[in-house]
Amino acid sequence: MFGTLTLSHFLSLGAILFALSVIGIFLNRRNLIVLLMAIELMLLAVNLNFIAFSHYLGDMDGQVFVFFILTVAAAESAIGLAILVVLFRNRESINVQELDSLKG
Amino acid sequence: MNTTTVLFYVFSAVLLGAAFGVITARSTVHAALYLVLAFFSAACVWMLLKAEFLAIALVLVYVGAVMVLFLFVVMMLDINTDSLRHNFWRHFPLAGLVGALIALEMTLVLRGGFDLALAKPLSAADLQLGNTKLLGVEVYTNYLYPLQLAAVLLLVAIIAAIALTLRERKDSRHMDASQQVRAKKADRVRLVKMDTVIEPPSTPASPAAPEKS
Repeated sequence: MFGTLTLSHFLSLGAILFALSVIGIFLNRRNLIVLLMAIELMLLAVNLNFIAFSHYLGDMDGQVFVFFILTVAAAESAIGLAILVVLFRNRESINVQELDSLKG
Repeated sequence: MNTTTVLFYVFSAVLLGAAFGVITARSTVHAALYLVLAFFSAACVWMLLKAEFLAIALVLVYVGAVMVLFLFVVMMLDINTDSLRHNFWRHFPLAGLVGALIALEMTLVLRGGFDLALAKPLSAADLQLGNTKLLGVEVYTNYLYPLQLAAVLLLVAIIAAIALTLRERKDSRHMDASQQVRAKKADRVRLVKMDTVIEPPSTPASPAAPEKS
């Protein structure tokens, strides 16, 4: 069981992590903050795949991509949380199912 | 049995356990703290892959900044968690099916393996430079323009986050400098032409005036 590490080990870990965060999005379908956290976990799984391939293919471009993904993810979570705060001020709730004013 | 392999399994177990904690934690603060643990274990796994710079950047940027932001927001908002967790496990069969499918499909792909023989490993000179220097050379030569775009993106994110959450207090008394500079004489003083009127000197009230009852 404890052989040498291969690329498949890391890709399996990334796949399980991604699947877990998809399950998290299904379960926490009302809580907007935990939804944002699940998206962060998904990005982490993707980054893990990038770094694993970068290491085993000997190509630095994968790590540069992770660098940019980190930048974009930080900007995304900052703006997402700002929108969340404004939403809570206006609606007194972060329940996704109550946000239906655009339904017409 | 290899030390690196054992470490990989330990870090992976902690990472997956923390991820499970994030999606099932009863309180949102606990979920945020589990997410910190998940990021830290992921940084350890990245260390095993010899991506030191990104591992440290993950700890600094995510554990240090983004997760603190998450915790601030969680503590600022008064969230009723019970109503949000109503029927929490109802969609679990569907969610479990989708998750298992994703993992299964990925396993099918991985069973074939990858043709890594095509890849050329980093040369000895590159390995001598170290991960951080290699990444820096790559970013500042081939990816200079995307790097500037990323900087602009961060600036936009800063301005957007401030503009979204900034609000004027209604009870604050402050001077608006630009309004003061723009003030004209006409806004302050109004000259009114009037005819001269000479008022007769007022006569003192006569004692015989009828008293108001």
